Amino acid sequence: MNNIKSILNLSNYHIAKRDVIPWWQSYLIRVIAILVALVVCGVITIALTDLNPIEVYVTMFEGAFMTPRRVWFVLQNTAMLLCVALAVTPAFKMKFWNIGAEGQVLMGGFATAFCVIVFGEKLPTSVLIPVMVLTSIIAGAIWGLIPAIFKSIWNSNETLFTLMMNYIATQIVAYYSLEWSVPKGSGTPRILEKGMLPSLMGNDYLINILVVLAITIFMYIYLKYSKQGYEISVVGESENTARYIGVNVKKVINRTMILSGAICGIAGFLLVAGTDHSIKSDTAGGRGFTAIMVSWLAKFNPIIMILTSFLIVFLDRGASQISERFRLNDSFSDIITGIIIFFIIGCEFFINYTIKRVKTEGGENK
Amino acid sequence: MIATIAAIFQRAVAQGIPLLFGSTGEILTEKSGNLNLGIPGIMYVGAISGVAGSFLYELSLNGNEPNPFLIIGIPLLCCILGSMFMGLIYCFLTVTLRANQNVTGLALTTFGIGIGNFFGGSLINIVKSDVPSISLNETTKFFKTTLPLGENINSFEKMFLSYGFLAYLAVIIALIASFVLNRTRVGLNLRAVGENPATADAAGINVSRYKYISTCIGSAVAGLGGLYYVMDYANGVWSNDAFGDRGWLAIALVIFSVWKPAVAILGSILFGALYVIPYYIPGISISLIKIFEMLPYAVTILVLILTSVRRKRETQPPQHLGLSYFREER
Repeated sequence: MNNIKSILNLSNYHIAKRDVIPWWQSYLIRVIAILVALVVCGVITIALTDLNPIEVYVTMFEGAFMTPRRVWFVLQNTAMLLCVALAVTPAFKMKFWNIGAEGQVLMGGFATAFCVIVFGEKLPTSVLIPVMVLTSIIAGAIWGLIPAIFKSIWNSNETLFTLMMNYIATQIVAYYSLEWSVPKGSGTPRILEKGMLPSLMGNDYLINILVVLAITIFMYIYLKYSKQGYEISVVGESENTARYIGVNVKKVINRTMILSGAICGIAGFLLVAGTDHSIKSDTAGGRGFTAIMVSWLAKFNPIIMILTSFLIVFLDRGASQISERFRLNDSFSDIITGIIIFFIIGCEFFINYTIKRVKTEGGENK
Repeated sequence: MIATIAAIFQRAVAQGIPLLFGSTGEILTEKSGNLNLGIPGIMYVGAISGVAGSFLYELSLNGNEPNPFLIIGIPLLCCILGSMFMGLIYCFLTVTLRANQNVTGLALTTFGIGIGNFFGGSLINIVKSDVPSISLNETTKFFKTTLPLGENINSFEKMFLSYGFLAYLAVIIALIASFVLNRTRVGLNLRAVGENPATADAAGINVSRYKYISTCIGSAVAGLGGLYYVMDYANGVWSNDAFGDRGWLAIALVIFSVWKPAVAILGSILFGALYVIPYYIPGISISLIKIFEMLPYAVTILVLILTSVRRKRETQPPQHLGLSYFREER
């Protein structure tokens, strides 16, 4: 009896930070978490749809891979989510909580659409596309730099600042997409024709995917092997240490946010010129927020991010296939994604900490 | 003229009340150092929990007269329980499992909006009912009941006495929150936890308990904002995504009111007015309204900049906002 009491008594446990855990163990914990999450999601799906669990997962696979079109759709979405996730990564590594990627992507897309509409008739495509790319990068970078400047000079709260910047961008785009819509003010988005990215070997989205792949490799090398990447990690670990070893913290913050915003700008360009061929206030589609989870789940490793963004897109597609087939609302995928993320977030605890049972002497338990 | 102002004021208040609930809840949460970006999701969950509760109750009525206590009590209770559950998820992940607050909050928002839209769109299918849409005619009557003012109400009555009970509840909760935070021992402890949890811990305050309780109460308060929106503002009709980005506006309002619930009361009316006024400008185009909708966010950024430039101690965010507290890592 006393024994059971001492097992249940919480004060007999204490939490200690782990030393370095073998890499396979940390991945094992994550895989277990995902499996448990899938079981929980399965139970919920069964409760709502009366399916057997195997059928649930078969339906999900069908939704993502049944036809070549669906596969391309999944690949394209993975690439775009990955692109935004790569963009927010250097800022996060620096512990700069840029949750404004949504706005930075939108401003990039807006700049692209703006160039097409203003210069579309005047410039040949070979000049137009570089102009579009350049303005998108600048627009995204500016949107990222504004909060960075206030953070580095006056220490404004960057989480809240970048969050607000999203909605400024949303409203600007909402205004212009109404102004540009045909007929004006109707809300039907204008289809952009000039300067759109061509299909490569018959595949519409191949250019997007290749560009994002290049950015992934760049980001991996940048963070791991460049001096700037090292400075980012130092600032992220401790600003005081960074100052002590002579890193100009303000400069690093501003430079990193320019980079972060610029890649978001490229994502916006790809979304408008490669995927959507139009601009709406929901062009970014919540990727700015989802990307944060993607980046964080991959522990800021660009290569692993390919997997995590694929996982999120797959879940999204699979769950919307389930909701389509059983005439449920398509927000079902958000619930599934949410639950899986909760589990992965939660399992980090067991990677970073161990729970030790405090050995109590027999006499203490009386 | 006065009649127009009264009309604008009334609509501004109706717009502002969900924001006031949301930001009072978020202020309580943030004072404990938890930056809960899940508020938009929590407000959806609060709304849909209340809707589900009263939907099932109305179905069970079968045309009988509703019991006034149940028809108000059931949605209120469901709403509070639903949103508290969301707060609990957040606390369990960030306080007990020490996860990152931003990531958890954003995941909570995705999850909550998903729950809201999913059950909003599929509730009828799931309970195998044959009603065409969720419209809670009986419940909304009770939620919209105002003081018996008669036919001819003057401008003053229209501006201040013409709302359902939840609107007054929002103001009362904000005032209570303000009192508790500034004038009681519990409030002092709570602020200490948000400013410097290590010091609070050393002073014998149970940091985790304060974080849990204030976040869960904050979530419940925020959830009421969602309930007010559906039951009162939207006349008991649920439509997906109708709540829009009000959850984020509530977070903006927290900054605008510099973490003071009493200021949030006025701020919510101002935000509501900014939303309403464009519709009273003659000849305004739909696209220009979009620019006006930007104003609350722009004003919030301005406040954020000004407070950080002036660095007055009273207007700063809680010092440990957004950071988890590990006793072992001091």
